[in-house]
Amino acid sequence: MIKVCTETFTHDNPASIETYIQLGGYTAWKKILEEKTSKSEIITLIKESQLKGKGGAGFLTGLKWSFISPNKSQKYLVCNSDESEPGTCKDRDILRYNPHSVIEGMLIACYAIGASVGYNYLRGEFIGDQWEVTKKAVKDAYEHKLVGKNILDSNISIDIIPLIGAGAYIVGEETAMLESIEGKRGMPRIKPPFPAVQGLYGKPTIINNTETLASVPYIMKNGLDWYKSLGEGDSHGVKMFCMSGHLNNPKVIEAPLGTKFSKLLEECGGVLENKKLKAVIPGGSSVPVVKGQDIFDVPMDYEPLMKIGTMLGSGGVIVMDESTCMVSVLERISRFYYAESCGQCTPCREGTGWLYKTLTNIRSGNGTQSDLDLLDRVANQIEGHCICALGDAAAMPVKSFLKNFWSEFEYFVEKKQSMII
Amino acid sequence: MTSKVLSEDVKKEIDMVRLKFPKDQNKSSIIESLLLIQHANGGYLSEALIEALADHLKIKKIDIYEVATFYSMFNLKPVGRNIISVCTNVSCMLRKSDEIVEYIEKKLKVKIGESTKDNKFYLKDEMECLAACNGAPMMQVNHVNYENLTFTKIDEIIDGIKDD
Repeated sequence: MIKVCTETFTHDNPASIETYIQLGGYTAWKKILEEKTSKSEIITLIKESQLKGKGGAGFLTGLKWSFISPNKSQKYLVCNSDESEPGTCKDRDILRYNPHSVIEGMLIACYAIGASVGYNYLRGEFIGDQWEVTKKAVKDAYEHKLVGKNILDSNISIDIIPLIGAGAYIVGEETAMLESIEGKRGMPRIKPPFPAVQGLYGKPTIINNTETLASVPYIMKNGLDWYKSLGEGDSHGVKMFCMSGHLNNPKVIEAPLGTKFSKLLEECGGVLENKKLKAVIPGGSSVPVVKGQDIFDVPMDYEPLMKIGTMLGSGGVIVMDESTCMVSVLERISRFYYAESCGQCTPCREGTGWLYKTLTNIRSGNGTQSDLDLLDRVANQIEGHCICALGDAAAMPVKSFLKNFWSEFEYFVEKKQSMII
Repeated sequence: MTSKVLSEDVKKEIDMVRLKFPKDQNKSSIIESLLLIQHANGGYLSEALIEALADHLKIKKIDIYEVATFYSMFNLKPVGRNIISVCTNVSCMLRKSDEIVEYIEKKLKVKIGESTKDNKFYLKDEMECLAACNGAPMMQVNHVNYENLTFTKIDEIIDGIKDD
């Protein structure tokens, strides 16, 4: 079994600094401090490892780092631990079982981009568990002099600071997160300027997902060839897959990118009560749904999933069996985006409401054929017309549910009831 | 002028939060400060408290209102002392979270979004996914996760809450 971000998970006191150090933790960071490794060397290595952003967008991490403005101004790193994409529950495990990998990853990233401060922004709902573990881990890292002023007499100073949110899905969008850290409503900014040029407090800033940063120390320690070789087939590296929904044994699995969906399903004990697989949302509720048979033999990686019309996204794999009413599921998804739209762009603010209301209408038996056309039209009017991707995230499920399960929606408006008894 | 509405302890905690940010960025402390204030005030924010924070941070009241009304964890009205949030997003919905909500509504004799008459519980209308999808159905009670819920388990959890 492959273990990168999950290395500490099965050990006693997985979150403790002792466990992390015992497993070779902070050696990559110490080596950088001793050898004064050049920043470009680190960025090149991460680029060549093909580590991709694991929060959803899948952008090459090293490439993102290379965009950091070369000027000598104050720079920031932000770790995005605002895990809220429906179906995603991996960062919460990293934060509570392997928090030091996040800290070490943040330190290395700060060093590589020349930032003296790294903020780790946790979603507000993590206040009960992950927040306490994170604060303790940071405190311990300071006590071990791995963080702070003049780290291990290297003349390098980096502060790592945990922050907490207060409930807002949109803050997971990187520029909304910057607004939130600045103490404002989480409303995404227009890009350009990109955060790497003008980010937090107007200073160059890089924002990376928790799982992405937690992977960094392991790549630095074991080398890029090691990381690349972890993939299956043509794929490179690993990903944490959050397997949820109708499964006998739902769980988070760290597996090689390129692992077939059928293998992940098998590891979860198959479909709940051995019912037939109907549909899968493979990357959190924002990505298009696909039919079970269309994904069954597909390798779970960015390109193969694109080929079947969906995305790897955050790795939140939501599995639905034959008893699922797709109209109800889409109604619930649309309610979420309606509730979470920040209200800044008209197509999203108004459109998400129209989608939700129209779906509620259909599901309560009052829908007509023209409502189905309306859904498609509204989705098209939102998609691509807003500042951030929340609008697209609301539109994509609608379009894919209609496309893949059209007969079910048609049945509902004709018979005024679900096709699923 | 610093208001007397905020206790000295809370003010001290807020001043610790301020150290996380550049000196001229007082607004950055709003979110964590409001969480601290809300916690110390039995789970909700009053107008007086919001104004006191504005005084303490030397920023405009409207800046704090913007934040207090945007983020879902802030309650601007009194709510029950123990907050129950049942996740009803897709992964939980597929594992019958609707039945969980219905069961709690009946048990506590409230509708979602309401507090019990004795003010012991607040059943929050939770829109967001609470990131415990592999433990569906799940809920948070006072921000502690309870997963793989059954009716028996819910009884044990809720009946086990002793008021201080």
